[in-house]
Amino acid sequence: MSEPNALSPGRRAWCRFRARRSGWVAAWFLVGLVGLAVVGPWVSPYGPEAFAGAPFEPPSWRHWAGTDVHGRDVLTRVLVGARLSLVVGMVGALISLGIGVLWGAVAGYAGGRVDAVMMRTVDVLYTLPTLVLVIVLVTVLNGWVARWEAAGVPVNPAHARLAGLLVGIGAVSWLTMARVVRGEVLSLRRRAFVEAARALGAGPGRILGRHVLPHLVGVVIAYLALTVPAVVLYESFLSFLGLGIQPPAASLGSLLAAGAAQINPLRMYWWLLVFPAGTLAAALLALNLAGDALRDALDPRAVG
Amino acid sequence: MRSLRSAGGRLRKAGGSWNRQHGPERREGWGAAVGAGFLVLVGTGCLPTLPPADLTFINGAEPESLDPALALSIEDLRVTQPLFEGLTRNDPVTAAPRPGLAERWEISPDGRTYTFHLRPGTVWSTGEPLTADAVEFSWLRVLDPVTGAGYASLLFVVEDAEAWHLGRLPPPARPAFRARGPRVFEVRLRHPTPYFLDLCALPTLAVVPRAAIERLGEAWTRSRPLPVSGPYQLEFWRLNDRVRLRKNPRYWDAAGPALEVVDLLSVAHPGTAFNLYETGHADVIWDRNLVPPELLDRLRARPDCHRFDFLATYFLRFNVTRPPLDDPRVRRALSLAVDRRRIVERITRGGEQPAGGLVPPGTAHHQSVRAVAHDLPAARRLLAEAGYPGGAGLRPLRYLYWTAGSGAGQEHAQIAVELRAMWGEGLGVRLELDNREKRVFIAAQRALDYDVSQSSWVGDYNDPTTFLDLFQSRNGNNRTGWADADYDALLAQAQAEPDPARRAGLLARAEQRLVGEAAVVAPVYFSSGFHFYRPDRVAGIYPNLLDVHPLQAIRRLEGGKPVQRRPASGR
Amino acid sequence: MRYVLRRLGFMGPLLLVISLLAFALIRLAPGGPFDRERQVPPEIERQLQARYHLDEPVLRQYLRFLGGLLRGDLGPSMRYRSHSVNDLLAAGLPVSLSIGLLAFGLALGLGLPLGVVAAVRQAAPAGHLANAAALAALCIPTFVAGPLWVMWLGVKWQWFPVALWGSPAHLVLPVLTLGLYFAGRVARLMREGMLDTLPSPHLITARAKGLSEAAVFWRHAFRPAVRPVVSYAGPMLADLLTGSFVVENLFQLPGLGLFMVHSAFNRDYPVVVGLVLLYAGLLLVLNLVSDLILAWLDPRVRYE
Repeated sequence: MSEPNALSPGRRAWCRFRARRSGWVAAWFLVGLVGLAVVGPWVSPYGPEAFAGAPFEPPSWRHWAGTDVHGRDVLTRVLVGARLSLVVGMVGALISLGIGVLWGAVAGYAGGRVDAVMMRTVDVLYTLPTLVLVIVLVTVLNGWVARWEAAGVPVNPAHARLAGLLVGIGAVSWLTMARVVRGEVLSLRRRAFVEAARALGAGPGRILGRHVLPHLVGVVIAYLALTVPAVVLYESFLSFLGLGIQPPAASLGSLLAAGAAQINPLRMYWWLLVFPAGTLAAALLALNLAGDALRDALDPRAVG
Repeated sequence: MRSLRSAGGRLRKAGGSWNRQHGPERREGWGAAVGAGFLVLVGTGCLPTLPPADLTFINGAEPESLDPALALSIEDLRVTQPLFEGLTRNDPVTAAPRPGLAERWEISPDGRTYTFHLRPGTVWSTGEPLTADAVEFSWLRVLDPVTGAGYASLLFVVEDAEAWHLGRLPPPARPAFRARGPRVFEVRLRHPTPYFLDLCALPTLAVVPRAAIERLGEAWTRSRPLPVSGPYQLEFWRLNDRVRLRKNPRYWDAAGPALEVVDLLSVAHPGTAFNLYETGHADVIWDRNLVPPELLDRLRARPDCHRFDFLATYFLRFNVTRPPLDDPRVRRALSLAVDRRRIVERITRGGEQPAGGLVPPGTAHHQSVRAVAHDLPAARRLLAEAGYPGGAGLRPLRYLYWTAGSGAGQEHAQIAVELRAMWGEGLGVRLELDNREKRVFIAAQRALDYDVSQSSWVGDYNDPTTFLDLFQSRNGNNRTGWADADYDALLAQAQAEPDPARRAGLLARAEQRLVGEAAVVAPVYFSSGFHFYRPDRVAGIYPNLLDVHPLQAIRRLEGGKPVQRRPASGR
Repeated sequence: MRYVLRRLGFMGPLLLVISLLAFALIRLAPGGPFDRERQVPPEIERQLQARYHLDEPVLRQYLRFLGGLLRGDLGPSMRYRSHSVNDLLAAGLPVSLSIGLLAFGLALGLGLPLGVVAAVRQAAPAGHLANAAALAALCIPTFVAGPLWVMWLGVKWQWFPVALWGSPAHLVLPVLTLGLYFAGRVARLMREGMLDTLPSPHLITARAKGLSEAAVFWRHAFRPAVRPVVSYAGPMLADLLTGSFVVENLFQLPGLGLFMVHSAFNRDYPVVVGLVLLYAGLLLVLNLVSDLILAWLDPRVRYE
């Protein structure tokens, strides 16, 4: 639609992205958070599992975010938890992006029998009870771990748990994305510019990659920004049920669930809720703002 | 292909024409949504609103069944107890057995034959006479494996009961209990059993209506009206909501119960239970797991919090079949390194007592045993003796436990975290925490797929054997792989011992062996029970070791005075 | 119409596949319905297994289940042994339906306008506010929002009952908790769809034709923009109608959401399969409806 520009599309997008102040700030914030999550636990004077103080100390100079029931430093645990939640969110987003977008795009573009089979597969996966799936996965993986352990391979059941969790979350995280993308592609593939490309003899791969997918950027990013919190919160739900991350490890979700249990009218250890919730909210907010900026930057219809 | 495409075309055209006919179609969509919402509101508004009950209890998790033979959990028991009565019933104050359907009984000099005399004129809530045949039917039903009664083994104290249960008794022979006439019921026991009358008060041995069971089978508890033998009859049971009970006017002691209508709410979430109680929607919380655990220290100072000791122990099982835990010295070292005081002060915070034995103090016929206490230097010494000084050369141990939801579930995790730190820092033993979903946990424990496992046990009757029997070699609840001839022999000796003091001594030696020398289990603490109710509103709940609180003794007060009882037909 | 009939015809075999998968999956999970912390005597365990045919090969059990299904009988509950699965569904469905429909209404009623405002007034304070509200709703999970609502509206101010099922007033807090969370997601998707549509040339054409601003909005902007929401609404409604565990647990509502989780945990095999079938049926129908609405919203979408 726009005239070929002197700049490459990637470079143009980069320039536009930098021009959006909120997106730029959000992106830096995210980078900062990731950095903190990676480095923070080393900088902190307390280990995430060390009983560093008295139980339920309110925030102070010694413990900026207070301590929990065991006297562990909440700030350190929030940072460690953020690291884990970032991984979970990232995996969910990548699977959603990789499998979901491709699946939906191919189904929508191919139509007919292919579409029917692919979308019915999505329906079937959607209806499987995730809870049971995770229980089975974790148990099967635990069995393998026990066998490897017996064979002398240094493995940890906590890792098996994490793997089962990630596979379980991955199995469901891409399904709605596939549906949303397919809905869009169904509409796009009859548009004039796609018909034109087809008339010019472009193959389906080229049409999908060059003409259809760029138009999906907005919706994909918007939905991705929904997937990340959904996945992070789903992990916390599983943790709440005792299926998620293994104590003494922590995720933002499990910290949040522990904090939510503190809500009562008599006495609240508010720091147990406020710090994990604040971190999660800030991260998700930044993610969405950065996503908005990215969407604007990548929009194929926007003018240089 | 072509025809299909034209179908699509038709679809498109249809869409187009709708569009033209209805301009602002969205608004109609709104209207429909609002209308649907309204309909739903009206629909739910038409639900008959329940008249309030005289007293509302928060009972805990959803009961599985109202069939007393199937009742397993404390929640089931609390619901079935007021509905079905046995030969004896519990005293509201001490929980000791008192005459129930049987008005008196004789015990033979050898302590093995009990002759019960049923009250004359006793009837079911539906009016049919209740005779000794019903007792015989109910007990046989419990023993019949087809019934699936989880507590069938309680009746194994009766002569020939176990053999009959296993189908090893030649057909005409029956377990040694029978109705002798309509009002006399006789039982012959295998050996003198000091707690037999306590057993008779348990819902498992309560009397159930034969006619309804033979007519409806498994679903008999859903027959309306449900014939019951206890002080209350069933008004309705709504799953995940409540069981509503109403006074049974045909109960032999119909003058006893003060409350006309009682609700037992199924609420499992502690925050929700506490909120209902605080806002006056519930009068009594039955269980400490139904208040937020972090609040216990503050709640304990309030006048509506009632703490009591009861027969429950939190302990750890060791899997003795796997090295290094096949060495009793290692197990004992781990047990000695558990700082029980820290756990009860930091985590449970309910005034629990650190446990040095398996059987809670105050248990009847029990001699207190203090087989283990926190002693880190001794633990280190023992571990070094076993060949692992400072934990060197020891593989990481796997600690099996389960958590679910909030409340008690989280407490298991918190105790696991504390143990990990105690053993890690104190002994240099690495503990991997293995949190499983509950059914997986049980399956793993049964299959001995663990090193150390979280455990707890609530006594069924007031006697040390309710705890000590677990670790007999062939008991299905053993789950440690420990088979010890000496231990079994001590328990068998105690069983045959008619002298109570000597019996208690034998049981104490068995406990010492289990917890001390063999260290198959590491006791952690003896649980505290909690009830929450305002003393100016509710009366008649008394603390006792069995945590049994007969509904017929509970009264509602207003301004500290008993409420005038309404006539039975008042509603 | 033929497309619809074909999709409907597809549903039978699809449900069969789903039920078989669920049937097999739940039986793969370790532990059985009669495993208790307090073990039942072995003879009794054997009898129970025989009664519920758990001692037969799984395929035989499945055929038995199908036979029951043909008669409209989903089998007995193995946990609540005096109840059949049909009893449980009949008791829980009305509760979950009421809460789910109301929450769906709230999610759309609040989410759609919020999303439109956030897009149309993108740069204005109103747009920022709408966007921030949507993001806030999005990243506060129900298990945090619920207790907070209860604490303020229920316990402190006592406007609404804190829990239980009875009068319409009992519906308010659960619907609020559930509806707001989904409203945030609807708003984000709506905003995205709108942002995608607003710069389109066909809007300029429509305005040039002299159509009123309202007509341009409803017919030319809103219709294409609401597509992502419609794609998402199918699964969302199916989720809502079959109950939410968190909300039902928190407010102690006798709906289906509690059974969803508890049956999986209790290994109540027939209840798990029955619920999966119910959910699958709902999902398939709602996805079909959502696909039809997509086609109606956008004439370019064709199903083959």
